[in-house]
Amino acid sequence: MVQLTLPKNSRITRGKVWPKPEGATNLRTFKIYRWNPDDGKTPQVDTYFVDLDTCGPMILDALIKIKSEIDPTLTFRRSCREGICGSCAMNVDGINTLACIYGMDEVKGDVKIYPLPHMSVVKDLIPDLTHFYAQHASIMPWLETKTNRPAKEWLQSIDDRKKLDGLYECVMCACCSTSCPSYWWNGDRYLGPAALLHAYRWIVDSRDEATGERLDQLEDPFKLYRCHTIMNCTKTCPKGLNPAKSIASIKDMMVERSV
Amino acid sequence: MVFLTDRKRATGMGAAKTGTAHFWGMTVSSVALLILVPLFIFTVGPMLGENHATVTAYFSRPFPAIVALLTFIVGLLHFKNGVTVLIEDYFQGLSRKIWIIVMTCVSYAAIATAVFAIARIAL
Repeated sequence: MVQLTLPKNSRITRGKVWPKPEGATNLRTFKIYRWNPDDGKTPQVDTYFVDLDTCGPMILDALIKIKSEIDPTLTFRRSCREGICGSCAMNVDGINTLACIYGMDEVKGDVKIYPLPHMSVVKDLIPDLTHFYAQHASIMPWLETKTNRPAKEWLQSIDDRKKLDGLYECVMCACCSTSCPSYWWNGDRYLGPAALLHAYRWIVDSRDEATGERLDQLEDPFKLYRCHTIMNCTKTCPKGLNPAKSIASIKDMMVERSV
Repeated sequence: MVFLTDRKRATGMGAAKTGTAHFWGMTVSSVALLILVPLFIFTVGPMLGENHATVTAYFSRPFPAIVALLTFIVGLLHFKNGVTVLIEDYFQGLSRKIWIIVMTCVSYAAIATAVFAIARIAL
């Protein structure tokens, strides 16, 4: 039976309340998940106070400020700061999103920040995405052709190119997959919305010649058909993409080739 | 400790090459139930509160009997397929297989009971 409660060593306790910055009048409270694999303690939620008058507007701005000025041990991934790299994916106020493009003004009350749900935590806000990336690799995320390479380039019509819009923009941040209950329960076998969106991106690419093999690889009660159209993936995608629609399109193609 | 590469874990035993038939079967039975359930309500509804003789005579007619029969058969097959998905979602390992067998048997037993009951009333 699926495990519905957290194991003892994952239960969250109240953590340290860090001092308020001196002289600041415009404060915002941040409650942030902390866990260090080396100290042997259970996870805790630390409280920080950030002076908004000297901080940028995004959640990531506050995290960087906390790390720079209050607590250098706070650990999180970040890189581009503009929603392109997908590194700073985390759960902010109950929503999986990219901290760099999520404004503090979108959160009411205290800002609660946790790592992406239902993933093993490496440290603090960093989830272990090893399996997630391996699943992505398993769907062959590249152009697969059998015809001899053309002298110049693989041609594609404007209409066929348009079919890739809403797919190629995915930055593999894992917000969608980690918001999906099916992925929580069966993430070892279910590929999840992100990998399936990428699979569809190559299935629907007019230049790709491995459509049949790609569909064969997905035809499985767990790899594909664990999707029950819950739509959390689409609701949470920070890039505004629609993985649920891509999965439905793959299912349509499966039916199309067998009925 | 098991030494497996990440890719090996992700690929597992490969695709089962099945699932579409189940998905399509659920779609077909859903559409069938969309038609059958209203028909069932409108055919069986008027018999609520009637005496035994009236109900028996009513279900001796082909249309109400066939509608009731189809609703039970299609509904319970839909239930069997649906509960299989549910068990696959929430159970793992041996318990998953055992529960699927149990619920399949329960579904077929319910179908047999429905067929027997309606046949007994109708014939």
